[in-house]
Amino acid sequence: MNNKLFLFIKGTLDVLPLLIPVVPFGIILGAIGIELGFTPLETFATSFIIFGGASQIVFLQLLSGGASSLITITSTFVVNSRHLLYGASLSEYLNKLSIGWKILLSYLLTDQAYAVSNVYFKKNKTNELKHYYLLGSGFSLWLIWQLFTLIGIFLGSIVPEELGLAYTIPLTFISLLVGYFRRLDHLIIILISGSLSIILYNAPLKSYIILSSFTALILAFILILLKKRLTK
Amino acid sequence: MIWYGIVISGILNFLTKFLSLSYFDTSKMSPNVKKILSYVPSAVFPAIIFPGIFLDINGSIDLENNPKILASVVAVIIGVLTKNILATIFIGLATYWCLIFI
Repeated sequence: MNNKLFLFIKGTLDVLPLLIPVVPFGIILGAIGIELGFTPLETFATSFIIFGGASQIVFLQLLSGGASSLITITSTFVVNSRHLLYGASLSEYLNKLSIGWKILLSYLLTDQAYAVSNVYFKKNKTNELKHYYLLGSGFSLWLIWQLFTLIGIFLGSIVPEELGLAYTIPLTFISLLVGYFRRLDHLIIILISGSLSIILYNAPLKSYIILSSFTALILAFILILLKKRLTK
Repeated sequence: MIWYGIVISGILNFLTKFLSLSYFDTSKMSPNVKKILSYVPSAVFPAIIFPGIFLDINGSIDLENNPKILASVVAVIIGVLTKNILATIFIGLATYWCLIFI
């Protein structure tokens, strides 16, 4: 069998279980976009152009809430900043590729594609075609995300308001933190950031997300330093 | 205005990934920077979660007759127990619907 195709399919199959939550999330995003007053095309464009899950909800929510473009863009950037780690972590495997490949794979890189590719690359360092694995996992997520955003956009225009769809926003973000609740240091940061966001909610320009995130990150840094001290 | 925002956010998100993929390398990154980045979800997401639960449409704190609080507590418990994203969303939403419709 063609090696490139094999790797592409293997990447697709390995990422499939991680795509299950992407389906409802995509639907929620599409529906929320409509509920917040964006046009179907604008809502879809966030999935196609920004392509960043959680950050798209932040984008839609802030802009519809009257935040300035600068605050909206900065907040969206903060949510996406975790991708720095993914790119940097995969760079040792991919830095020999052509610029075209790097552009394509950067666009397709997501939490889920990173998770499976990182594992696969570690085990198959010498395979010259291993980027096809990331292409497969990245592309399948991209396709599912675009498709279910569209379905959500369609559903959003027919679902009645009484269902309280807006509540799915905090709920979705709670679900994205399930891996962190059991860790005390993360739990402290979660509670501090959350409380700050309530206190700072009326801060000018809807800056509460940036202000509470940055404060919580600084505290996280202090926690890291303290932990080091204690373990020494 | 909306379109500028979408395009600029898209470019920034792309550049975050493209520049780190092309020019950074975790083996050369300071361990502290790596650690801090791993806290990004825990630092950012609660700032979206808490106002969505505890504040009403006008932005004032709403602790009485607020079904979102109980539904969220249930969702967190399910999340802690199962670590399952789907179960957390669906059971949280089911609880919320039970509370507002029954």
